[in-house]
Amino acid sequence: MSEAHSGRIHIAHQFESSDQQHEAGTLGIWIFLATEVMFFGGLFTGYALDRWLYYPAFAAASRILDIRLGAINTAVLLTSSFTMALSVRAAQTAKRGALALLLILTMLLGAVFLGIKGFEYYQKFVEHVVPSLDFAPQGEVLARLAPGGLGHAQLFFCFYFFMTGLHALHMIVGLGLLFVLLLRALGSEFNAGYYAPVEVTGLYWHFVDIIWIFLFPLLYLIGGRF
Amino acid sequence: MAAQPIVPFRTYVLVFVALLVLVALTTGAAFIDLGPFNTVVALGIAFIKMMLVLLFFMHLLHSNKLTHVTAVAAAFWLLLLIGLVFADYTSRGWIPDPAPWSSSAPPTHP
Repeated sequence: MSEAHSGRIHIAHQFESSDQQHEAGTLGIWIFLATEVMFFGGLFTGYALDRWLYYPAFAAASRILDIRLGAINTAVLLTSSFTMALSVRAAQTAKRGALALLLILTMLLGAVFLGIKGFEYYQKFVEHVVPSLDFAPQGEVLARLAPGGLGHAQLFFCFYFFMTGLHALHMIVGLGLLFVLLLRALGSEFNAGYYAPVEVTGLYWHFVDIIWIFLFPLLYLIGGRF
Repeated sequence: MAAQPIVPFRTYVLVFVALLVLVALTTGAAFIDLGPFNTVVALGIAFIKMMLVLLFFMHLLHSNKLTHVTAVAAAFWLLLLIGLVFADYTSRGWIPDPAPWSSSAPPTHP
């Protein structure tokens, strides 16, 4: 197999073909993602249990969150997944210019997501609903949280910060991976026969997206907004 | 590359549009009082979104069986974790606590 513009096809010596190498690589990342499911799974389970036990407090605290920003962020992240999926396709079809552009777009959308998330964190500090560090809600926020019990509302915000924080951490790691990928793409390392790093990074990025797909309804939509 | 077919551009666009529609739908549904079904609808839509991302963006539709097994195993372990934790918490109190030792009569010896 030879590519006209980029003859480099990396096949490590333990593999028989680039197909086998590609399949081994994707299986490896899938197994990693399975462990990530358990990593987040503990938080999801704890959340489910406490939401079941202290539902009124969780519903009241959830209504403090900004549903518009949550929905916008979901759309932003899904769009970044879309551009990521197109990046993989650009790598498969050896469109190098499109690949670089799509990777940059994906990183920008990821950064926008983190920016909006950061603004939401800032709002939580303004409302004094940061567990342990600054949990002293006042005025209207206090009036809305008090009926469910402030202790259990604080518990909700613990889950909110831990789950979105861990998710944001994964986003930051993802941005780093995308940056490395961009440098390699600019160095014309990928072609139709070798694009596994793009595919594998894409799988990770989509996984982080799926985590958010569940965080949005679980954190922002408890008990509705009617 | 036989290992992985190239998904048509149109498929990606359709999946993306479907995902955005579902975000609008789940956000809109939060403003309607469906009783306990608010949670069911929200999680149901999240599940559909997850499946769309898994099957098309993550190429699970065109992956080999070993990858399918890995994905299903991840879901199975998560359900095991959640299932057993809830089995514990929901069943507490089903069997009444035995009376403390001190309150029962001391054993008598023949």
